[in-house]
Amino acid sequence: MNVNFSLLAPEYVLVGVAFAVLTIDFMLPRRYRFHLSWFAAGGLVLSAVVAMIQRWDAVETLYGGLFIADKFGLFFFVFLTILTAVIVLISHDYVRQHIRQPGEFYALMVFAAVGMIGMAAAGELLTAYVALELLSFSLYVLVAFRRDDAHGNEAGVKYIVLGAFSSAILLYGISMVWGATGTTYYDGISEHLASNAGNLDSTLILGLALIIAGLGFKVAAAPFHMWAPDTYQGAPTPITAFLAVASKAAAFALILRLFTHALMPALEEWQVLVGVLSVATMVIGNLVAIVQSNIKRMLAYSSVGQVGFLLVGVAALGHIEGGAVIPVTLASDAVILHLVGYAFANLAAFTVVITVSNHIGTDELSGYSGLAKRSPYLSLVMAVALFSLAGLPFFVGFLTKFYLFTAAAEAELLWLAGIAMVASVVSLYYYLMVVKRMFIDDVVESDDTPLTIGIPRLSWMLLGGLLIGTVLLGVYPQPLADAVSAASGAILPGV
Amino acid sequence: MNGFDDSVLTLLVVLPFAAALALILWPGEGEQLRPMKWFSSGVALATTALVVWILLRFDYTDGAQYQFISKTDWLEQLGIGFDLGVDGIAVAMLALTAIAFPAAILIGWNVDARSKDYLILLNLLVGGVYGTFVSLDLFFLFFFYEIAVLPMYLLISFWGSSTSFPRFTRSKEYSAMKLVLFLVGGSVLIWVSIIAMFVEADLNTFNLVDLQRVGFDESFQKWVFPLLMVGFGLLGGLWPLHTWSPDGHVSAPTSVSMLHAGVLMKLGAFGIIRVGIQTMPEGAEAWAPLLLGMGAVNVIYGSIAAMSQTDLKYVIGYSSVSHMGYVFLGLATLHTLGVTGAVLQMFSHGIMTALMFTLAGAIYQTSHTRDIGILSGLAKVMPVGAFFFAIAGFASLGLPGFSGFVAELLVFLGLFQTYPWVGALAVIGAGITAVYMLRLLAKVYFGETARRWESLPDLKLNETLVAGTLALILLVVGLAPFFLIDVIREGVRHIPVVTG
Repeated sequence: MNVNFSLLAPEYVLVGVAFAVLTIDFMLPRRYRFHLSWFAAGGLVLSAVVAMIQRWDAVETLYGGLFIADKFGLFFFVFLTILTAVIVLISHDYVRQHIRQPGEFYALMVFAAVGMIGMAAAGELLTAYVALELLSFSLYVLVAFRRDDAHGNEAGVKYIVLGAFSSAILLYGISMVWGATGTTYYDGISEHLASNAGNLDSTLILGLALIIAGLGFKVAAAPFHMWAPDTYQGAPTPITAFLAVASKAAAFALILRLFTHALMPALEEWQVLVGVLSVATMVIGNLVAIVQSNIKRMLAYSSVGQVGFLLVGVAALGHIEGGAVIPVTLASDAVILHLVGYAFANLAAFTVVITVSNHIGTDELSGYSGLAKRSPYLSLVMAVALFSLAGLPFFVGFLTKFYLFTAAAEAELLWLAGIAMVASVVSLYYYLMVVKRMFIDDVVESDDTPLTIGIPRLSWMLLGGLLIGTVLLGVYPQPLADAVSAASGAILPGV
Repeated sequence: MNGFDDSVLTLLVVLPFAAALALILWPGEGEQLRPMKWFSSGVALATTALVVWILLRFDYTDGAQYQFISKTDWLEQLGIGFDLGVDGIAVAMLALTAIAFPAAILIGWNVDARSKDYLILLNLLVGGVYGTFVSLDLFFLFFFYEIAVLPMYLLISFWGSSTSFPRFTRSKEYSAMKLVLFLVGGSVLIWVSIIAMFVEADLNTFNLVDLQRVGFDESFQKWVFPLLMVGFGLLGGLWPLHTWSPDGHVSAPTSVSMLHAGVLMKLGAFGIIRVGIQTMPEGAEAWAPLLLGMGAVNVIYGSIAAMSQTDLKYVIGYSSVSHMGYVFLGLATLHTLGVTGAVLQMFSHGIMTALMFTLAGAIYQTSHTRDIGILSGLAKVMPVGAFFFAIAGFASLGLPGFSGFVAELLVFLGLFQTYPWVGALAVIGAGITAVYMLRLLAKVYFGETARRWESLPDLKLNETLVAGTLALILLVVGLAPFFLIDVIREGVRHIPVVTG
């Protein structure tokens, strides 16, 4: 086998950056260590640039199909590394105040990025699994980083126990699929499914169900979402953002490639299952979000709800016409677009949360009362972020939801789109309640912190960038949509 | 057409949004309010000037065709284009908006609390309204429709007022949330219909003109039309989903009530025509009796409810529900006379309600009450207000010489051609309107002037200006409606299912 190791150069860069961060951490005086964020973010961006230079037109596989370098992988490489870089920068001021081991914190985030990229590029179940575990292990540590905090400990324990549990389920599912098909390669599974259509082994079906359940845990789809609120609440807020945005995007990259490359011929077997999961996720996430009194918990449930919307897109990846499975390219486009839009809006929201809680010292929703008086800028960004998450026009969320639901209708799942729209109205309710707090209500009297909230310059700029992105993608989406179409064209050849 | 004609609609839609953006970026808060208000008034007048330009350049002999068309590709993958154009119906609605917007901004001068934010939201709202009227792409029509609805939440819940009843208080936050959830809930139905049309047509386009040519299956039309009818009808105050509307109108600050009852509710009726009847003619035919029935309840129920209100603005709110009923009745006739009457009623009711809310706002701002039981004999202290309110009331009850008469007459004529019994019922509704309007006028403005109202000031300059203009328009359209009727009728004629 002729293996082109240089193809992995961007990944080498990333791993190198991670180790370099760990090493430099030892050499720097303690009070300068939080500045490692610049180095880590720079390294992440550098690797993205290297990847773009090297893989722009590449369609190659390594190790006989374990690792696939194509437009889809490249898109997620760039998206996930930039995302991680932004989160690293968002954590800059947080780490300065709260974290005592900045080197490990940043290095683990870079390692997590390597895992995420592997998930998007894997062309075989065990490779995907290992990449997923690299991400998960990094996150286990990151979630529990504030070890002297009770909530932090609870978050860590819940995440590790349920994470390990779900990994086991996933692995069990993979073993069953291997038992039934004799392969763990996506291509092989796909061939097996196609040649045995309508006559599938029950072991295989059970294996698929277990894989879906295991991945369901990872993306926090109901009824496997129970870990999410506590973990989101207790984790350091930048890590909450990482969980909510980056790790979810990576998991959906894995899901997209797996479901299109490997499982598409068995669409009939999983479409309804994913559809039902998505309904449960949208309903539970959005309804329970209403009663939350902590902003991080509310955003946790809101992100559960968003996973429901994304699963609508996954269920719509194909439809059956005259016995044949017809892929729906709009659906994979829509899922990726929604991930990008969701990333912008959610990161903006979390950056506001970090800035506010650095100032008033709490994540309770009551702290957001009268925010418009304390900082018009923060409340503007927050409102835009929430409106985008709710799917209101002018913001990217409107377009991506429109895209998603159109794709669902294209796959003859109009009923699912209808439910999703209703869920979206429900979500508007609790997002509006936060907006009302910020703009209509008065600052709570017991709050004795200074009225005006100062925003560190870096956060100010990041917020501005995210704000502009959320609006710009909402009114001028064509370039992004083209990039996304190119990416999804690599996993779903046009009909 | 020359270059300016191609971009005039784009300019019209973009201008309010650009103004909103400029205001957001405008530094400073309190000390710079007056320049901001001047700026907004300038923008409002500029949009009016653009509409006047459109009215002048519009080819009235060909109102059936979309004119001033501009097309811009926006998102290839879904076949979405930023496509704009107007026909006779839309032109009438543009004229209405062009009058109501500057009027609302001018009345909004009275707002002093956070008036920068207020102006931003008003501009967004109006941008959405203009956008909906001129969009020829379903995606953008829906996009602007949502934009027009959403600023209401903040406008009502911050600048609005709560209403105390003997047993309970209707808080402004409640009204605002109710309004938004009702309307966004209704837009779910619209959204489902839109993507169903996209998939059913299978042309990979959201362009409305293309979709109108498709000729959908009858069975498809029959299940989609009711969704559109209810979804858009909700915003038009269609019974039994109208309950958000009086609450919303009452709780909103004056200039928002003006825009809301005056223009926003018309988006609903406009949507029924543009998206519903024009693309789903057979569906419309099948469901017209239901629309007729609901519209008739609107008329009767709305006017009876208006009669029993004790709050000045609630009377106007329910009278809006009742008057929008004529619009639905007119549409349900699917007869040229009726539909033309419906669109004219949209115009006329918009102006009339804006006028009424201006005057109710003037009373509330100085007297701090809207309780009809307490207010009395205001004509002595506010002669100008009384004069204009009388005009609005007469227009509302359909006195000949005012625009309301012409519009309702056309609706009645349409009804007598198609459903004579309902026509009779609608005439009774107009009778009830006369009762409550005259009673209201008598109670609030005439009779003994209570001592506490003796020092009440009359209308301010800006209010007089707005009221005068609006009243003049009611009169002009009432006396010489031919011009407007011709434009609208041209637009109505090209709807395939409309007869007569």
